[in-house]
Amino acid sequence: MTTVTPPVTAQEPVAGRRRKAPLSEGARAERRLGWLLCAPAVIVMVAVTAYPIGYAIYISLQRYILSAPQLTKFVGFSNYGAILSSPFWWHALVVTIIITVVSVGIEFVLGMGLALLMYRTIWGKGGIRTAILIPYGIVTVAAAFSWLYAWTPSTGYLSALFGNSAPLTSQPKAIAIIILAEIWKTTAFMALLLMAGLSLVPEDLLKAARVDGASAWQRFTRIMLPLMKPAILVALLFRTLDAFRIFDNIFILTQGNNGTGSVSILNYDNLFTGLNFGLGSAMSVLILICVAIIAVAFIKGFGTAAPGTDLSR
Amino acid sequence: MVATTPQKVGWSVANIVTIVLVLIPLVWIISLSFKTTASITDPTYFPVDWTWANYSGILTTSTFLRPLLNSIGIGVIATFIAVVLASMAAYAVARLRFPGKSVLIGVSLLIAMFPAIALATPLFNIERLLGLFNTWPGLIIPYVATGLPLGIYTLSAFFREIPWELEKAAKVDGATPFQAFVRVIAPLAAPGMVTTAILVFLFCWNEFLLAITLTATTASRTAPAALSFFTGDSQFAVPTGSISAAAVVITIPIIIFVLFFQRRIVAGLTAGAVKG
Repeated sequence: MTTVTPPVTAQEPVAGRRRKAPLSEGARAERRLGWLLCAPAVIVMVAVTAYPIGYAIYISLQRYILSAPQLTKFVGFSNYGAILSSPFWWHALVVTIIITVVSVGIEFVLGMGLALLMYRTIWGKGGIRTAILIPYGIVTVAAAFSWLYAWTPSTGYLSALFGNSAPLTSQPKAIAIIILAEIWKTTAFMALLLMAGLSLVPEDLLKAARVDGASAWQRFTRIMLPLMKPAILVALLFRTLDAFRIFDNIFILTQGNNGTGSVSILNYDNLFTGLNFGLGSAMSVLILICVAIIAVAFIKGFGTAAPGTDLSR
Repeated sequence: MVATTPQKVGWSVANIVTIVLVLIPLVWIISLSFKTTASITDPTYFPVDWTWANYSGILTTSTFLRPLLNSIGIGVIATFIAVVLASMAAYAVARLRFPGKSVLIGVSLLIAMFPAIALATPLFNIERLLGLFNTWPGLIIPYVATGLPLGIYTLSAFFREIPWELEKAAKVDGATPFQAFVRVIAPLAAPGMVTTAILVFLFCWNEFLLAITLTATTASRTAPAALSFFTGDSQFAVPTGSISAAAVVITIPIIIFVLFFQRRIVAGLTAGAVKG
């Protein structure tokens, strides 16, 4: 609790009235207010994220097993070595990447379609927007149970439809169902962000292109997509990072059995069945590094593709 | 743009297909929740015999009611704190000039991208040592922290749209920056704050990984977490019906809520996306 109610006094830039910084009284007050207003948010965010991450890095360098605390000792990077040489980690990473790439890819296409649909529909425009907000509003766990029971033999309509099969027990089919559940739940988010991007495209420009004889596809790829680039970047980045940390759907649908576990599932299992905190913390740090790599790659990738730098390519 | 009749038909068909695809899993879980124990193993899409037994079952047991209360309490408190703190920070970001602003934005974007599992491991350990494990504050604090970036991001987009001349006018009339914030700007900012509160609350309501990691009993376990721990060995003879009913109970109010506030939610989700 100590971290939540910060009596904010840390930054007091007023101490000495130095002539070196010729700030007016107003500017100084503004500065002070700025820090004052941000301090509580910053303190909470740092206390709950930066500090635990630091702690995780520290623990990751130790042998630390909850059920055998007497064995705790500093082991350097051997936890990282153990993970990086373990086929379980690489398998989980591959599964996570497959789920991320496939679901975000399909969501992007469907989301773009939905965005265009919402943008172009004459009647029932409100209806479709209302409808796609339902998956957004539904609790992921509740939706996951709906999918789980739909595919459970002798309970589910979908299982019955496919000859009372149990697809969740086979790896590729289970992964496909996990991806389906992800897509159903989050395409709406993608579509809404892309629709916001569509509103950036001036109607006049599209009309002009049409007059000049550009086909619908050309108008889409040459005018709409480049102008929507900022919105596309935000939508893809958010969804990719979100998909990479997939946990809820897998936890409910397969518990990660039959080789369907993501890195988050593997890390969770390590923590609560293995009670191996050193290994678990090291894995957390590795997942964080993966996320950082994705984020940087995205920003770099889109940065070089930005309209301003087209000439240099 | 003028649409021809075939185009209209095409869009309409696409609309209907979308709506049907959206509704199928939702209607399925509702329909399961009304099936009797005997007919739950009968894979028809709609129930043949209808029963309220699943609902009366879960709504009379503390195994579900207590988590429901936890979800509401933790969600409301975390949302309130997050929105207050985020409003202050977003005001500063949108409005004031001070060194360190870009650091704040960078840090909060970084946190928004955090995988929850990376926090779960260390938080589990830290909260056990601090005695916060399996308590309301033990979930409220991380929810506030993870809700803050979303809040700051959304609110600063909203705050940029406010007519700030009014603030100047207040200052000319002798108000301090703080008074200008509380008396003039805060009322104008209320719609953005409501939107942000909705989004943060939805996040808390939906959150699962931290909820199962940082809790152990119904004292603080939230509804989605409790749902995943329903098993056949307790008072629930057949968990399928109970889980379905519980899933519907935690879902339907939120869907009504989302549909009621849909304009705000769409505005909030897309606020930062376009203007950057």
